[in-house]
Amino acid sequence: MNIWSNLRHDRIGMLSLVTVIAVIVIGICAPIIAPHDPLTVNMSLRYNGSTWSYWLGNDQLGRCILSRLIYGIRPSILLVLWILLISIGIGTALGFIAGYFKSKVDAWIMRICDIMLSFPGYVMTLAIVGILGVGLENIVIAFILTKWAWFARVIRTSVMQYTELDYIRFAKASGISNWHIIRRHVVPVTFADLTVIASSSIGSMILQISGFSFLGLGIQAPHAEWGMMLNEAREVMFTRPEMMLAPGIAIIIMVSAFNFLADALQVALDPRLHQSASTYTSSKKWQVRI
Amino acid sequence: MLQIENITKSYHNGIIGWKKKHQVLHGVSFACEAGESLGIIGESGSGKSTLVRMILGIERPDQGQIFLHGKSVEYRSTRRGQISAVFQDYTSSINPFFTVERAIMESVHLRTNIDSNSIYVLDSLLEQVGLNASFKKRYPHELSGGEAQRVCIARAIACRPQYLILDEAISSLDVSIQVQVLQLLKELKNIYNMGYVFITHDIQAAAYICDRIIIFRQGQIEEIINTDQLSQVQSDYGRTLLATSIVL
Ligand SMILES: Nc1ncnc2c1ncn2[C@@H]1O[C@H](COP(=O)(O)OP(=O)(O)OP(=O)(O)O)[C@@H](O)[C@H]1O
Ligand SMILES: [Mg+2]
Repeated sequence: MNIWSNLRHDRIGMLSLVTVIAVIVIGICAPIIAPHDPLTVNMSLRYNGSTWSYWLGNDQLGRCILSRLIYGIRPSILLVLWILLISIGIGTALGFIAGYFKSKVDAWIMRICDIMLSFPGYVMTLAIVGILGVGLENIVIAFILTKWAWFARVIRTSVMQYTELDYIRFAKASGISNWHIIRRHVVPVTFADLTVIASSSIGSMILQISGFSFLGLGIQAPHAEWGMMLNEAREVMFTRPEMMLAPGIAIIIMVSAFNFLADALQVALDPRLHQSASTYTSSKKWQVRI
Repeated sequence: MLQIENITKSYHNGIIGWKKKHQVLHGVSFACEAGESLGIIGESGSGKSTLVRMILGIERPDQGQIFLHGKSVEYRSTRRGQISAVFQDYTSSINPFFTVERAIMESVHLRTNIDSNSIYVLDSLLEQVGLNASFKKRYPHELSGGEAQRVCIARAIACRPQYLILDEAISSLDVSIQVQVLQLLKELKNIYNMGYVFITHDIQAAAYICDRIIIFRQGQIEEIINTDQLSQVQSDYGRTLLATSIVL
């Protein structure tokens, strides 16, 4: 089963993939790509519309919106992806152990999850930041600590439901090692659930990061961040609504790109989904092979 | 030899503090000789599938042991390539992400010694279960029930096991397909000289394929009887079964 060759035929999926990769590259190369310094204040350009040198215009301090948008990729997308990766990594590992081996291990992991989940996410994050101090690294730690339990819970339920199936029983009975069973038989089928929770948390995480920045606990004021740009624009929402457009559209594009990409990956991975969509091509391929 | 020695198993239902113990198996012992075909008949809920899970090493008995050639089946190395299974529900018996080829080849690789070219092995396996090479690239959802169960049988025999455990392997198939699959199982048994543990509700199917039949009731063995003496069955449940099958 070749995921890549299936994904290649999915136009929306490919477009999303290209968008995500492009945005990540732009974020990494921000100093080279951004036309201006995102922090340079120029009060004479305050609230300027788009011009040839400032494509997206200037904000309330006359800073280049495009440059701020590009620099904002770093905390808004790269950091969120990073947090997501680590918390999903921890959550998935523990979820698999709990769901696959069950019994005592499961009970322990789930009780810890219950404890983590019994506090509202924001309160927990605030408490952790309160203990560790203000700063981006601490926000990251707090986010990971509050998110992993949720992922572990979802993955565990999904794994549990699959390990009761007869093909897993067959593999266990045949004496195939647990590691191989998990890798070959459980991971692919739980991947669908994984992509759903991952892509659905990206949007809320971008907004949460900005929420903490707004409280002065995360990214500090002059630095650019999409959520913070939205907040700044909110003050002039009625007089200059166009100020909200750039960060707003950027967030919408990224959230949809991640969602479409998740869908496309799911379809590419699951033969039950992609074959019905392309019966003609697959049957032709099949004839050629014979 | 497959030896089942005094197996007990109970499950705990309900939440913590309110648990109710439910004993499913009460000291079950029997043995299945190499190449023997042993049937287990019992009513629904009598613990047959539970027993199968123990034999396959998927669950552990509370008490008692199961040995294959003197080694406990709890160890993976004991089962690997030696015991195989076919289950009732063919819709969940094959990984939906695997092609027929991949599912069968995974089992072929469990063989202790791969004697010949693996592509040839796959083709001949498919042929043996009455399918052809065109099924190789298909996914489970593209198979009919009978075809899927044949693939499961091919996969089960692919590792050249000494024992094949069939938990109601024909129950969810169409009656005409049932007969075909039964014939297939009988042929395969003659070719590979495997031991069968054949679990069923259907006494006629058991009589067709088995040398001995165990009448199983409420987690206990009521009676073990040779198939040729089936008419002299003693236990109530056995007689009821026999009576209904004659009516049919
Ligand atoms: N994991 C489990 N947890 C709790 N109870 C269980 C579990 N598995 C089986 N049981 C109980 O054990 C009893 C025997 O179940 P089992 O599936 O072994 O019956 P069976 O003989 O295979 O029945 P059938 O012919 O319908 O397949 C049932 O009463 C069932 O409720
Ligand atoms: Mg059963």
